[in-house]
Order: sequence, then C-alpha cells, then structure tokens
Amino acid sequence: MKIAVCIKRVADSETRVKIAADGTSLDEAGVKFILNPYDEFAVEEALKRKEAAGAGEVVAVAVGGASTQETIRTALAMGVDRGVLLQADTGAADPLAVARALAAELKGGGYDLILLGKAAIDDAHQAVGPMTAELLDLPCVTAITKLEIAGTSGTAEREIEGGVEVVAFPLPAVLTCDKGLNEPRYPALKGIMAAKKKPLETKPFQGSGGGLQVLGMTLPPERQEGKIVGEGAVAVPELVRLLREEAKVL
Amino acid sequence: MAPKFQGVDFYQMDGLLSEEERAIRDTVRSWVDDNLMPVIGECYIEGRFPKQLIPHMAELGLFGANLPEEYGCAGLNNVAYGLIMQELERGDSGVRSFASVQGGLVMYPIYAFGSEEQKKKWLPELASGKLIGCFGLTEPDFGSNPGGMITVARETKTGWVLNGAKMWITNGSTAGLAIVWAKTGKLEDQSSIRGFIVPTDAKGFTAKDQKGKLSLRASDTSELVLQDVEVGKDALLPKSGGLKSPLMCLTQARYGIAWGAIGAAMACFDEAASYAKNRVMFGKPIGGFQLQQSRLAEMLTEITKAQLLCLQLGRLKDAGTMTPQQVSLAKRNNVDMACECAREARRLLGANGILAEYQSMRHLANLESVYTYEGTHDVHTLVLGQEITGLNAFN
Amino acid sequence: MSNVLAVLEQRDGALRKVSLEVITGARRLADALGGTVDALVLSAGSVTGVDQVGAIGADTVTTATNAGFARYAPEGFARAIADRAKGGGYGAVVLAATATGKDLAPRVAARLGAAFGADVTDLGVENGAVIATRPVYAGKAQLKVKLAGTPVVLSLRPNVFTPVRSPKAGIAQTVAVPGDAGRVVVREIKAAPAGSLDVAEASIVVSGGRGLKEPANFALLEQLVAAFGGKAALGASRAVVDAGWRPHGDQVGQTGKTVSPSLYVAVGISGAIQHLAGMRTAKCIVAINKDKDAPIFKVADYGIVGDLFEIVPKLTEEIGKLQQ
Repeated sequence: MKIAVCIKRVADSETRVKIAADGTSLDEAGVKFILNPYDEFAVEEALKRKEAAGAGEVVAVAVGGASTQETIRTALAMGVDRGVLLQADTGAADPLAVARALAAELKGGGYDLILLGKAAIDDAHQAVGPMTAELLDLPCVTAITKLEIAGTSGTAEREIEGGVEVVAFPLPAVLTCDKGLNEPRYPALKGIMAAKKKPLETKPFQGSGGGLQVLGMTLPPERQEGKIVGEGAVAVPELVRLLREEAKVL
Repeated sequence: MAPKFQGVDFYQMDGLLSEEERAIRDTVRSWVDDNLMPVIGECYIEGRFPKQLIPHMAELGLFGANLPEEYGCAGLNNVAYGLIMQELERGDSGVRSFASVQGGLVMYPIYAFGSEEQKKKWLPELASGKLIGCFGLTEPDFGSNPGGMITVARETKTGWVLNGAKMWITNGSTAGLAIVWAKTGKLEDQSSIRGFIVPTDAKGFTAKDQKGKLSLRASDTSELVLQDVEVGKDALLPKSGGLKSPLMCLTQARYGIAWGAIGAAMACFDEAASYAKNRVMFGKPIGGFQLQQSRLAEMLTEITKAQLLCLQLGRLKDAGTMTPQQVSLAKRNNVDMACECAREARRLLGANGILAEYQSMRHLANLESVYTYEGTHDVHTLVLGQEITGLNAFN
Repeated sequence: MSNVLAVLEQRDGALRKVSLEVITGARRLADALGGTVDALVLSAGSVTGVDQVGAIGADTVTTATNAGFARYAPEGFARAIADRAKGGGYGAVVLAATATGKDLAPRVAARLGAAFGADVTDLGVENGAVIATRPVYAGKAQLKVKLAGTPVVLSLRPNVFTPVRSPKAGIAQTVAVPGDAGRVVVREIKAAPAGSLDVAEASIVVSGGRGLKEPANFALLEQLVAAFGGKAALGASRAVVDAGWRPHGDQVGQTGKTVSPSLYVAVGISGAIQHLAGMRTAKCIVAINKDKDAPIFKVADYGIVGDLFEIVPKLTEEIGKLQQ
C-alpha cells in the first residue's frame, strides 16, 4: 500500500501559554514541540496497513519551518520510509494555504490513502484534511475511530452527537484520525537512530493565501474566584438556592 | 492522574545533547509515564517486579542498548544509554536495576569476554527480553570484598562443575541464565576467577527470593545455590580472567547508576516543588516559606551538578578514555545527593510524604540499596583516595 | 455581498436545536453587514421545526431536498451549499461546529476558495471585513482573526450563541437538488443508549473524576444527571477515561471535548489545567471535592467541600424536588 501521512509540529499540550511580543502568536521560549498527538494515530494506521499488506511505502509530509525536520524524523523513527518538508516560515497558519500546498505535493503520487490527524492541538481548525481532499477531488471521512479496508473500498466509524456514523467510501481516500483508532507505537530506540539515514527532502511551500489573517492573540478572560458555599451535605440547599436565584442556571 | 514529567534542566543541558539523544530520552520518559508510573506504587507495596513490562521494554530496545546492532541491540552511544537509565530510575530504582543487570551485567560480559558463538547465541535472545539473566558475583560472606569469594569451578573431561552460593542477586529467581563468577584455582588465587554462563535449569542450581526487603521492593532479589552444577566447556567465558573481569562489568553498571540516581533525584525534586506550590498552610503555599525554599534550592543545585558530571563522563566513555575511578566519583556523588534529595523531599511533603501515593519515600527507601550496592559509598571513597594518594587504605 | 447563508442541521426529519444558534450567529453578522439571513437545511423530505426560524431571525428558509440527503452526505451537501453560496451573492456562510459541521464546513470553504474560521465564539464586522474570535491551544488562548474575500465560511461553537428573538419573515420554500449524494455514504447510525445527551451539546454537564474511587460509583452521578430531567449529560475527567472507567466520548478537557454548558458540576475532580481548559467557558461552575485546596475551587463559582458520597445524593434529592 502506498500511503501518505500529513503531520504537523505543535506545541506540547502541557505548555503554559504566553503571548509573544508581536501580540499575535505564542511566545516560544521554553516551549516543547512535539508531533501533533492526533497525527500519531495517522502514522500508526499507515504503518499498520503497510505492514499488513506486506509491501508498500509510507511517506510523511509536513508544512513548517526548518525545525519541522525533527518532527518528520520522529515519524521516520516510528517506521515511516521517507519524509518531505514543505518549508514555510510564514503563511502556514491558514488551513486553505496548507491544503493547497499539500494537494500540489500529493497530486499524482498514486497514494491509496492519505491520512491526517483529525485536528492540530494548536489551532484546531480541523480543516486541512477535508480541504486537501476537496482540492484533490478525493473522497474523505473525518475523525475516524475505526477503519476497515477491503480491496478498493473502505468502511469507517466516526462519533457524532448521540451515536456513531458508519460510513462507506471508495479508495483512494483522505481520512482524518481520532483517538481510539489505534494505539500509536513508541519509536524503537533503533528506529530513532535509523531515522537520520532515511530520505528527507525539503521543498519550498507552494500554498497561496487562504484569506485568514490573525489580528491578535489574547488570553481568555480570567474567571473570578467564586465562593465555598459550605461543607458537607448540609450546604446543598443553599447551593441550589444560589444556582436558582443568583446564577439563574436552574 | 499526574501530568507528564517535564524533566529538570536548569542549565539548558538539552542544548548539549544531540537530537537523537533527546529523542531517545523523551521516548523512554514518555514510556515510563504511560506504562510504569501507573503500576509502580502497587508493585512496590506488593513486593513484585512488573514483569509484564519486559516485552515492551525489549521492543523499545532498552536491554544492552549500548551494544552493537549486529547482536540485536540498539547500538546507542553511552550518553543515550545513561539517559535511558536516568529515565527508568525516575520511575523506580528497581526497574532500572533490572535493565542494568540485563544490559550491563549479563549482556556486557558475554559481549566483552565471550566467544563469537556465545555472543551470537545469547545476545539477541537477551536483547529480546525472552531470556532474562542475572549476575552472580556477591556472596553471603563476600560483598565489598568480592575477591575473597569461595564459589569454585573445577574442570572436568566434559566441562566444569560449580559449587557455591551467591546472594543479593537481582533477577535471580526469574533468570533463565546466570553469569557466575567462580575460582578455578586455589581459593587464595584471585587471578583464577573466571566467568561462566550457567543455565538456571541446570541440575543443582537453585534460586530463592530473599524476603522481607524494605528497599527495592519492585525488584527480585535472590540467593543462588550451586550444588555440583555441571556445565559444558562452552559455558566458560574464554576472555575472562581475574577479578578485573567482573569489575569491568561493575564499571558498566555503575556508570548507568550514576545517571539513574539523577532520575530518582529529579522525580523527588519535581514532586516536592509541585507540592510546595500547591499545598497551603498558614494562608499561603508552603513554597513561600524560607526553610522549604532552602530544601528546593539545595536539590536543584545538586541535580544540576550531577547532570553536568554525567554528561562529561558519558562523552569520555564514548571517546574511550573513561576510567573506573571517574565512574566511582560519579556513582558516589550522585547516589549520595539523590538520597539527600529524596529525604528532603519526603520531609517537605509532610505527612503525605509517607504515603505510597507519593514517590519520595519509595525513592528514599530504594536509594539506600543503590547507596550500598555496586560498591558502597565508602568503597568508592577509598577508590578515590587511592587514586589521589597512590596508597591503599582498603585493609 | 452582505447576505448570510445559515446552514442548519436536521436529523430524522426534525431540525436540531443547534440550528437556532446558527440563525442567531448569522443574524448578528447579517445585521452588521446590512443584509439578510437565508437559512438552508438539506434533507430527503420536509423538515419539522423550520417554522421556528423566522422568530430567531431568518428572512427565508429553504429546504433543499435530494433522495440521498436523508442522512449527512458529505460530498452532496458540500456541493449543494457551495453552489447556493456562489449563486446567491453571500458575504458569509455560517454552520454549527457540530460533528457534522466540523466535517462539512471546511469542504464548503475549499470549494469556494473561502477564508475559514472554525469553532468561532464571537463574530462581527470591522471596516467592512468579517472578524471572528476563536479558541486555540485547547482554550488557553483566543485568536481574533480577519477573514478576507467573499464569501467567508464560519463554524460556530455550540452552546455559545444563545438564541435570541429577532422576528423576521422566515419565508419557507422547498427546492430539489439535482445530482447524486456523492461517493461517501453514511450507511447507518449506531445510536448511543436512549436518552443520553452528548456532553458537547448539553446545557448542564455533571463530570466525575478520580474522587469517585471506583467506576461503579458513577451510578451516583448518573442519578444526578437523571434528576435534571433530560437536560444534563455525564462527563468525565481524563484520569478516569484513561483508567478505563468511562468512554473517551465522555471526556471533558484538552484531549477530550471542550464544553460550554450553562452549568458545569465537577465532582471529585481536582482541576488539573488540562481539564480546566475544557470547561472554563461554562456559564456557572460548581465544584464538589473533599480537598479544599483543590485547584478546581479557584475557577468554580460555587463550591462545597466535603464527602461527595454524602453531598451528591443530597443534591440529587434537591434537584429532583425542583423538577416537580
């Protein structure tokens, strides 16, 4: 199977958010960057399917600055065969621009599957996957938690409010992966060492403007500290009264 | 659930590591958070090693990580190996002991003193975790003085017969293979010490767990008894000879322990610092009181010093110039400072510090063993003393 | 280009409640742009509830039918909406950021080559351009973005745009959409147990953490949820989801769902920062915990310190009395 996985370098979820001096982005001092956790499910699925098929290739494609090479090497360490960096120092914050660049890179590549994480944990547009699919005119299912492939067709499950959708689609297809799809492997230490020997190509970013401009980044309004109504079950009637009369939520 | 461990890096040592070394450290750190931390408290109380983790540890490549790829190992450099030990011991000293023994005291002697056949036969299986090994040097009456051992091996037509007893052997009761050190000549003749690969299912070989431990409870520690154990000629490690051979193995293990102790100290410091910021007493977090700040400042200082010590030690080892005395300095210093960190962290935690829910007291108890094994603190003091003065103060 | 196309959602032929939030958001935007709100719902046949949208601000509501549209049909829906947006001179297309909306909105944006603002919590117009506020870093920060070009596409975070009365004509019509529903087909929907409401949609969420001690004790919280009479959903902290006590779909917080209910009751949850990011925009937060120093009390509007095993049953009882 020939599978492409589109991955992203993101700030670790434990990061304490500080706004940079320009007022529009994250202050990166002391921030740890990692492979987007949802992309791990995509990488794992790609590797599993290639291993099950017995032959094929898994390629990791990423849009980002030069340091994104480290993130691609994380995927190579997990077992991905080669990597491509579409190097962009600006313009990569717009999902449509990123989708255009990915579509240009992936077009004509003969991929059976193009996998992504359902969302990046930094800007969480949840858009690059379905946008890339539209641009490539490929079927797409998002946020999948289960996947079965039989020849040139597939079935996936995705969570919706109050249930699970079972979706059928033909291959080749674009799929975005959600938690629960699989258990991502740790890169074996041997794999980490082998990663630097695998091919990693850097190309210029070909994504053109999607029209989204960040005017400012701010911290959300602080919640005021509230009050302890009391101790134990005896405080409950007073709590209920406050919820009704003061907060007016009941 | 505890948030993911972020490490301690006050002097930005990450910048002195290569991308691979950082990635290796981060992988093991993550693995410990996900797989070891959730079970270690319970294992420690119950007094059992979490052996369900062995296949996973093997898959990652944690056993004999600094041995060559041709034998199924990860082929990492020694700084990476040290970082692995650091991260394992951040979890628990007993689990790190398992890896130290498997890699440094079983796989290493086979690699250093074995024939090509022995290496090809045993190393891949040990790397895979399917076979567990143990290292039989210490005896009931010979701890700090291993040269005095009374376990003997007598040559026969078909091989060797071993007789004796070993004690305080990590992995003893679960091992399929034991590297046993025995005298092949007169008992006074230390140079007759040779190493033997002994299958633990050999007739006459028994291993019994030592019960009642209050330290390293999540680790198997056993007595080995060899009663007319017969092994073939191929059991002898041909390049072994004299006390130097087992001591070279100990140098490997001690190197890993110097790093491991940093891990334990980091765990205790991290726990104490976090607790100090959240625990409120007399109207403010206890971290705002001078005596607690003093504790934390001491811990951070000692950890930072130890980290720089080990990094240089690892670079020397990779350059091939590291001496056993340099390892003694690091093991002695780092384990001692880790014991202090654990104790001070335990005290900062107050009453909560005696609960298994918190890590510090478990580390405190474990580190007492680490202080004593692989050359006691005092022994390493004399190693350094002899190195400095040229005079032997051992006896 | 000042009209707004509001894309509504139906399930089993009935308009979903979140659709009213979409109209409200669209109305606010249309008023700022000086245009109309044209609501659109895709289905196989007639949809009940479309008569309510006029009162909330829809000038028109179109039911666009196709035999393949009974359930969500990603490609058919995207094409139909994009065609309508292109043809109608719209300044903006607005959807709800529900499971369906999150899948559909980016497809529409890509088809239109439009600027896209996802999961928006506030919107407006400045100097003629559409401006939106959206959460990033799991709610730890927010971005103010400008969307250039026409139309722009926005998906609105559920439970934020509380429906307000803004009576407009709401003129209804039905049109047939030609063509097939597309290559991606929803074969079936496996329903969750009857009566269970999704945490991201409920106006009241009761969440449990490690303080519950054992999975079986979640029954206590299920009783409290039931006492709220169908308005509440049961959530969980990451700790108990990772421990296997509760399913991932219940998880509130960073790697789970971000919720914005009117009332969030955190029971036996200490309030780690990752959990807080998932529920901090709730209108009112109540915390019940035996540790008075638990971080959750710093963000809770009201707290009760004590044994949850005594407090929760009492709360269930008091809420039950209110419902009568």
